[in-house]
Amino acid sequence: MAQAKEYTVGGNSFLANLGKIYALYTGGFFGFVALLAVLEQMGVPNKFIGYGFVFLTIAVYALIGVLSRTSEVGEYYVAGRSVPAFYNGMATGADWMSGASFVGMAGTLFLLGYDGLAFVLGWTGGYVLVAVLIAPFLRKFGAYTVPDFFAARYGGNFARLLAVIVLISCSFTYVTAQIYATGIIASRFLDIDFTVAVYVGLLGILLCSMLGGMKAVTWTQVAQYIVLIVAYLLPVVILSAKKYGIPIPQLTYGQALQEIADLENQMAAKGLAATVTDAAGKVSFAKPHIKPFTDYDPLNFFALIFCLMVGTASLPHILMRYFTTPSVREARSSVAWSLLFIFLLYFTAPAYAAFSKLEVFTLINKGTQLSDLPQWLYTYGKLGLVKVCGANVDTVQNVLAACQKIANHPGILRYQDLNINTDVIVLSTPEIAGMPYVIAGLVAAGGLAAALSTADGLLLAIANALSHDVYYKMISPNASTKTRLVVARILLLIVAIVAAYTASTKPADILSMVAWAFSLAAAGIFPALALGVWWKRANSAGAVLGMILGFGACLYYLVGTRYYAPSFYETWSWLSTAKPEAVAKYAELKAACAADATKCVAFDKHAQGMANWWGVKNISAALFGLPLGFITIFLVSLLTPAPSKEVQDLVDATRRPSGGTLMQEKGALAGGH
Amino acid sequence: MQPVNAERHWSRTSRLMWLMMFLWAFFSFIIHWFVKDLNSITVLGFPLGFYMAAQGSLIAFVVMLFIFAKRQDTIDRQEGVAE
Repeated sequence: MAQAKEYTVGGNSFLANLGKIYALYTGGFFGFVALLAVLEQMGVPNKFIGYGFVFLTIAVYALIGVLSRTSEVGEYYVAGRSVPAFYNGMATGADWMSGASFVGMAGTLFLLGYDGLAFVLGWTGGYVLVAVLIAPFLRKFGAYTVPDFFAARYGGNFARLLAVIVLISCSFTYVTAQIYATGIIASRFLDIDFTVAVYVGLLGILLCSMLGGMKAVTWTQVAQYIVLIVAYLLPVVILSAKKYGIPIPQLTYGQALQEIADLENQMAAKGLAATVTDAAGKVSFAKPHIKPFTDYDPLNFFALIFCLMVGTASLPHILMRYFTTPSVREARSSVAWSLLFIFLLYFTAPAYAAFSKLEVFTLINKGTQLSDLPQWLYTYGKLGLVKVCGANVDTVQNVLAACQKIANHPGILRYQDLNINTDVIVLSTPEIAGMPYVIAGLVAAGGLAAALSTADGLLLAIANALSHDVYYKMISPNASTKTRLVVARILLLIVAIVAAYTASTKPADILSMVAWAFSLAAAGIFPALALGVWWKRANSAGAVLGMILGFGACLYYLVGTRYYAPSFYETWSWLSTAKPEAVAKYAELKAACAADATKCVAFDKHAQGMANWWGVKNISAALFGLPLGFITIFLVSLLTPAPSKEVQDLVDATRRPSGGTLMQEKGALAGGH
Repeated sequence: MQPVNAERHWSRTSRLMWLMMFLWAFFSFIIHWFVKDLNSITVLGFPLGFYMAAQGSLIAFVVMLFIFAKRQDTIDRQEGVAE
């Protein structure tokens, strides 16, 4: 870490010594963890260990950010196109894996079992589309932002503006959720007020991005990736070594899956878990961990995978990372490295889920008295994250009282009594496995790194679209370099403050909208982007209409099924998969709502379950918007004149790696011949 | 340096793209369609259908991308359009 001071971060001697610098950094980080472990043994209170992790890691990121300050436009927007494939891969990994992936992914797999793997598949396989269809061509084109490509390919600023609108609508809710996550983690480990914690997080984010733009974000993201991956792997590696003697959790959890299946059968037989009875009268465990299609039917399972993958290949904060490599060739291999680094986390998440489930099932199967619940349930129960019989696990009395209200409760813990928040799985692993507090602090630092790095990337994507596309390209094309960078920083600051303010109000609606980002990006951006490279005949009219209709249909489905469920259902009842019982209940609840406004919440909730087309859940809204976008571009382009010779030459040049970038600073298009 | 053959470059690039898209569709969707059948096979304790969604397909994606980067680079060089 000290080594970084002798270089300008991002400068030539820095780039020549990357391996050495980040090896030293990684060693320094391990040393720091070891130091805190020793301090813990010497009796330093947990609170200070938590402070050490949060403040020191943020300080290091901020230091890198400040050392990477720049006054060059090319460095600010695309890190001077000097980031080697391997390091860009790490930075993309940190950019991609959000606070929610780090803290919540394993919990989702715990709850959903096999069906949760749709997220694991969707958030990795999308990189195949990035590498093959999109990233190398955008790199060759030489854009600063994704909307740049739309403007050049589809004749001007209207297409650019549409791309900016899609970009902001999918990135803003996403960045709010990241800042919210930094607030939650910082407030938990620093024991400070949530609102204060949000602004502490904001400060960390701004120090990393404001002075150095993409260049600073790149080199902090590499540092953040190292912290987050160490923090994610270490606890579960220790756990695997303890339990099975092999420190490779990704292999040993196969055995845990078998034990889970045994325990499921035993619990079902003892009446300690919800059961189902099949046609032959055989009673079995209601939702086995490995059983497919229990929460999602096959249509929704595959639709979700599809939308997440295409969304991945359309999210601007990911695509813009590949603008920073030195060559088209490196952009391609950089996607492969990115996926490798992302894979390390996603193929470990199911192991976390399996080990936690085994722990919980073992606890239930041995017949644990309600007065005898283990300490870790109380730790998270006090935070409102673990409930038994519907009550927070904070005191023994509360748990006993809540369970007594349930008819015929046996007085011992049953699986159906337990409600665990998805965040608990990763956070509780160190404690369940009896590891020292320093490991818990490490996990917090990892979660913080994941949330900060994603927030950095998203903020930069939004602010750059505003400063480069809207301000420079549309409002003030003659602005000097200096003015542009000042405007870029002011806009970054404004967007960051608006996002942090929004996060500090704990907006439940916005947080639940994060999943929408993938469908919105997929429907709004992907068809025009992919066809822009792969189909020369795609023209401006087609692309513009395709973006409006695709994005519009997707937004209509998302908002309609969520916020206007009754009218959406009534308009489209002939496409809904609602069963006759549900339809009858709908009429009943509607009458109740008309008579008594307090009953309308229940009515609306019921309607949300029925407002759909062919049963597709709203998280997969791009299933409609995406094909509509493709078809529109296809038909409208064929019905209107082909793009000009210049545009067709531009496409040809985009397809050939040789010849340097096509877009030059100051906006002039250089020929690629 | 090879002579530039833009047309052949693009047709070979397109062919590689379709191959990649097929493999992508196979490991993203087709194989998981058979999850129930695959689950009757157990490898290292994992039911194979579950394993493919949790690890197998992911490993395939990673390997595919490294091979793709290499293949495309070869095509670029052979057709004279490498950087």
